[in-house]
Amino acid sequence: MIFNLINRKIFTLLKVQYSNMLEYRVEIALWAISGIIPFFMLNIWTNNNLNESINISDIMLSRYFLCAFFVRQFSVVWVVFSFEEDSLMGKVSPYLIQPLNPFFRYFAQHLAEQITRFPFALIIAFFFFIFNPESLWIPNLGILLLSIVSTFLSFLIQFLIQSIVACLCFWTEKASSIERLLFIPTLFLSGLLAPVVSFPAYVKSWIYLTPFPYLIDFPANLLSGNETNISGGLIMQILWIFLLFPLFKKIWSAGTKKYTAMGS
Amino acid sequence: MNLRKYLKVYKKFLHTSLASELEYKTNILVDLITAILSLVGSIFLLSIFFQNNGYIGGWKFEQALIIQAIYTILNGITNTWFNPNLTEIVKHIREGTLDFVLLKPIDSQFFISLKKINPSGFLEIMLGFFLLIFCIRINQINLNLSFLSQSLITISCSICILYSLWFFISTTTIWFVKTWNAIEVLRSFLYIGRFPLNSFSFSLRVFFSIIIPIAFITTIPSEVFLGLSQLWKILLEVIVASVFLITSRKFWLFALKFYTSASS
Repeated sequence: MIFNLINRKIFTLLKVQYSNMLEYRVEIALWAISGIIPFFMLNIWTNNNLNESINISDIMLSRYFLCAFFVRQFSVVWVVFSFEEDSLMGKVSPYLIQPLNPFFRYFAQHLAEQITRFPFALIIAFFFFIFNPESLWIPNLGILLLSIVSTFLSFLIQFLIQSIVACLCFWTEKASSIERLLFIPTLFLSGLLAPVVSFPAYVKSWIYLTPFPYLIDFPANLLSGNETNISGGLIMQILWIFLLFPLFKKIWSAGTKKYTAMGS
Repeated sequence: MNLRKYLKVYKKFLHTSLASELEYKTNILVDLITAILSLVGSIFLLSIFFQNNGYIGGWKFEQALIIQAIYTILNGITNTWFNPNLTEIVKHIREGTLDFVLLKPIDSQFFISLKKINPSGFLEIMLGFFLLIFCIRINQINLNLSFLSQSLITISCSICILYSLWFFISTTTIWFVKTWNAIEVLRSFLYIGRFPLNSFSFSLRVFFSIIIPIAFITTIPSEVFLGLSQLWKILLEVIVASVFLITSRKFWLFALKFYTSASS
């Protein structure tokens, strides 16, 4: 009974947000285009033969960056920006009265956006294969499913981290600048610009203990068929989620007590 | 034209926007850390590229650092002036408050391009200058008058091109209302300005020098610093910058004819 109710809630939320997102198709297409940085990086790598030193062939590297593009497309999170605006405008107040954590709303928003984004990402991949026909490959079904799972887990980790930052809005007005700060290590250490294998040894020794390589490098390696520790990666992803979730719950309950309903 | 009036107005702009931005002092500190981290991150990325190669696109590591320095300065300028003002245009047009700007007895482009200022960008500009001075030392560049004037000319041309690109996209808001995402696309393209143009493949090089002249923005000033630039390149940059400035001005005046105001 309860399960059924939750199910219905989620379904309705998703449906509403999906139709909302479809309104902004052009914008989402532009978002998708703005994620093409990995392709520029690929161009630098292969054009200067930098990949020879890390023993990855041109084809594997181009697959890696294509997968990094895909993983990034489906793990983009912006909850802190939405929440900050809603919180400053006092829109959070009506959400708080509802018998549903407002973050479910944002969560559904992100999922709906990903569904809308999917065709555009496919179009970009199509163009990628036109220019690089030799890197076309079909991953087997098991790997594909596993990488979808790990991309989703990566999305969850980022969603949780950003939600924790978003909750800081209860204490300070501009939590988004903290998010911009956190984005920098995410950008450089997650493997979006260079695969983690290519990092110097003094970084590789500690980076696998942080959540960053599991955000893009691990799912992208998995999907592209590059060498990676599948079970270890998945375990680390789940471990981080189990670590972050209680933290989010704690900061959320502390924050709502602090809430002063600005602007209303 | 009454330059004195504009100077006086600009002083007032500076005063009001600094006063409002300094309300968020911790924010400025966070932004400073973000700027430092992002510079460290890009030098880290550059060092990965160079770890087994002496040259990339014909540039040594010490030389490529100059590009980073110039990129950091230009990015600081973008964050100080272009970003806060030109995102405001989107708001003006969506809410119809552009009416009030147009009614003022002052040039509308001047008003919307310089109204706001974000002081945390200054720190980034300073950071870039420190790196630049460091680069001048390690590359043993002789400072003389012709070198200084050449570098001043090319950097100011880069600023003009950058401004025109931003202003161009913001102007399209008059037709499309929401161009926030187009700005993101521009941002991701600008990202390649961190690397020497020669490190990209031929087709990308053509794209980034003819269609979106990002090549002119960082590579030509850096070549001037290294004394590699020929006179025709500098002249070309001056021409491109003036063409861009004039067209962006014309485009703004043209677009204003289509402005129909909103919600009034």
